[in-house]
Amino acid sequence: MGENGSVWLPDPGTTLAGEVDSLFWFVFWASTIMFAMVVLAKVYFMVKYKRANESDVPEPVEESKVLEAVWIVVPTILVLIVFTWGFDVFVKLYSAPPDSYEINVRAQQWSWEFSYNEGATSYTELYVPVGRPVKLNMTSADVLHSFFVPAFRVKHDIIPNRYTSVWFQAEEAGEYTIHCTEYCGTQHSGMNATVVAVSEEDFAAWIAEQSQDLPPAILGQQVFAQCQACHSVDGSPGIGPTMQGLYGMERPLADGSTVVADEDYLLESIINPMAKIAEGYQPVMPAGFSALSQKQLDGLIAYIKTLE
Amino acid sequence: MSHSAPGLNYLNHSKGFKSWALTLDHKRIGIMYMVAVSLAFLAGGILAILVRLELLGPGETIMGPDAYNQSFTLHAVLMVFAFIIPAIPAVMGNFVLPIQLGAKDVAFPRLNLASLYIYLIGAVIAMMALVNGRIDGGWTFYAPYSTSIGNGILFVTAGVFVMGFSSILTGLNFIVTVHKMRAPGLTWNRLPLFIWSIYATSIVQVLATPVIGITVLLLFLEKAFSIGIFDPALGGDPVLFQHFFWFYSHPAVYIMILPAFGVISDLMGTFSRHQVSGYKFVALSSVAIAFLGFLVWGHHMFVSGQSAVSSVVFSLITYLIGIPTGVKVINWVQTMYKGSVQLKSPMLYAIMFLFTFSIGGFTGIILGVLAIDVHLHDTYFVVAHFHYVMMGGNVIAALGGLHYWWPKMFGKMYNETLAKIAAFLVFFGFNLTFFPQFIMGAQGMPRRYYDYLPQYEFYHALSTYGSWVLAAGLFLIMFYMIASLINGKKAGLNPWGALTLEWTHTTTPPDHHNFHDTPVVTRGAYDFHLAKHLFEHGGEVTELDLGGDGSAATPEEAPVPNEPVA
Repeated sequence: MGENGSVWLPDPGTTLAGEVDSLFWFVFWASTIMFAMVVLAKVYFMVKYKRANESDVPEPVEESKVLEAVWIVVPTILVLIVFTWGFDVFVKLYSAPPDSYEINVRAQQWSWEFSYNEGATSYTELYVPVGRPVKLNMTSADVLHSFFVPAFRVKHDIIPNRYTSVWFQAEEAGEYTIHCTEYCGTQHSGMNATVVAVSEEDFAAWIAEQSQDLPPAILGQQVFAQCQACHSVDGSPGIGPTMQGLYGMERPLADGSTVVADEDYLLESIINPMAKIAEGYQPVMPAGFSALSQKQLDGLIAYIKTLE
Repeated sequence: MSHSAPGLNYLNHSKGFKSWALTLDHKRIGIMYMVAVSLAFLAGGILAILVRLELLGPGETIMGPDAYNQSFTLHAVLMVFAFIIPAIPAVMGNFVLPIQLGAKDVAFPRLNLASLYIYLIGAVIAMMALVNGRIDGGWTFYAPYSTSIGNGILFVTAGVFVMGFSSILTGLNFIVTVHKMRAPGLTWNRLPLFIWSIYATSIVQVLATPVIGITVLLLFLEKAFSIGIFDPALGGDPVLFQHFFWFYSHPAVYIMILPAFGVISDLMGTFSRHQVSGYKFVALSSVAIAFLGFLVWGHHMFVSGQSAVSSVVFSLITYLIGIPTGVKVINWVQTMYKGSVQLKSPMLYAIMFLFTFSIGGFTGIILGVLAIDVHLHDTYFVVAHFHYVMMGGNVIAALGGLHYWWPKMFGKMYNETLAKIAAFLVFFGFNLTFFPQFIMGAQGMPRRYYDYLPQYEFYHALSTYGSWVLAAGLFLIMFYMIASLINGKKAGLNPWGALTLEWTHTTTPPDHHNFHDTPVVTRGAYDFHLAKHLFEHGGEVTELDLGGDGSAATPEEAPVPNEPVA
């Protein structure tokens, strides 16, 4: 509860949160007024028509068609208003602007992993720049989780084997709580993190600092979190081939030829996955990995080389 | 006027364990259900008190996270599957429905007894989870978490599967009974609204329950044989489980609330001594809600990953179903208008229902708004909302029905003063327990949390204090109800001056065969103005209203009823 917050809602941390709040207050007060009318009528009737004489038998009341129509039509109009309004804000809540800064979120029992395209990875703090839309591409490593920042009024379930996303644009530097809101086991209530919203300059500095100095193979291992849904590192089968022992092998391809899995082959397969399809697999790998930075690609290849 | 063999009724006409265990009498089956669901409610309630106690302060209070997670899960499973779903239909439906219809039993008495045993077997199987591994994650059992834990889930799903058959068979029985066994003159327009609502409930039970059966069966198979249906690691889809689950569990919400509508309608009519306002609307909207209830399951899944288009459609249909429910509340309030309102303890619960259920309804509208639900989903706001609907709706109505029909069931009056004190404690305790949960939920407190941030401590503490007041009220009810059986004042034939057949045409407690002769119905269930002769001597009606049906007045002349046909 802060200076702008109320008993009911926490301080809004985004402009869109303010829009959600306006809608909340409209429905809240409309409901409260109607509820008060029902309760007042109820109490009034209870007192006014209290049984005075035990042998009283009141006559039936002629029901008013007009009244009946009023309390069907008026609430219907009201709910259609809130439906339309809610729909409008809902679409905004889930339509990330195209220029959003994207961060990969990987949830697992009971921790978060936030991976930045520049190579940085963080676990308990999600650094975001203030004043810039941020889109989170989220997936889970095990069971269902859900990403919730009360101050931003955003929430979405995180599902294994699938990407879901939320976006927000923090308006003020500060720290905002992240909760997991889909039950995920013993430490579900401990699966929290913090959004740290900082200025563009501070963010750039943080990213640069975090993205340096990692040995390439370690960086690659972090980046590889995005690949694990399809590619194993221990030889077990997946949608795509395992990475174990891949480096240096003679790889049979779907067209019958073979290729030596050297650095060039690995790089090509990441950024242009349809160029050479491994024997026994479908051409289903997404093309989005071409967006990885050179440093991340180097890291990935260095990591794959360690998987003997 | 004598109306029964002296002192003989359904409770004492035969004695011994077998006379109960093998009875085909719907009244005895109803009473046995009452004992069973009361035990489930007691166990679920004690777990609720422990859960609230743990949440009194942040960090560990009385138990660790695993014990807490299993406690709230077991609380939910017991309350939903073993208590709320059977409570009103199986207890009051069984006891009251055939008598209100003027029938001597349900259509299939043996099936009825089988339903009871199937329910008990299912409950026992589900409870075996306790000694066969952990069971946590709430009553929704979302995959793949639910299949990633121990084998407890096998027992719970098997238990729910078995209990489902009980629900289906009871529903089927009631549908046939209502269609085929109404007394002469008891047209659809004269039916008590309790019958209408149980009828609508039965439709949902028959149509929806098979879906949860299939869903938990698939979950069982996935767990037992690693068949990939819901678990993505095996090639399944976890969102599919949610669709299946809510395809049943949203209609199940109406299995839980429609019977409550029926009880409240009867209470408002009787204690206002007035026609229930908008009778046809209340009756038919129950049936309409039963069908529309199948089309809104997706409103539980706005943030789950289902398509945005379906979220929009589900939100819209949710409002369509909200309107008739809201109009019903207005109808109940309007029933008192120019009526003759008597605030006996059953009526206090009806009045309470209008308050708590309305809050549950309005907060449901808030949750139905797409953009707001994104914020409130899976927070305590939802927890508070469904407790206002399930407990503030179903349980409060069940308590009203219990106080209303108790004299008829056992022939004893409970202490009215204690009943009023208990009603106040329940009302105050309930609101103190659950209202703060709306606030902390809107502030962002997630549900199913063992531990929480210090900012929520004030609301959690209030909620826990409320649970003590609520528990005190409920234990007081248990106390004076049991006391009434031992030394309660003898109940009259029709202490509330009601017009439905269980009050006007049977003894208290009812005879083994309900009626010696089939009653002939000449007026609607709430046509008090057509029954003025009953009230000439005051509020408590002390004579049976046998006018018009020419029934035999003495047991010697009464025809021996046929044995029910299996």
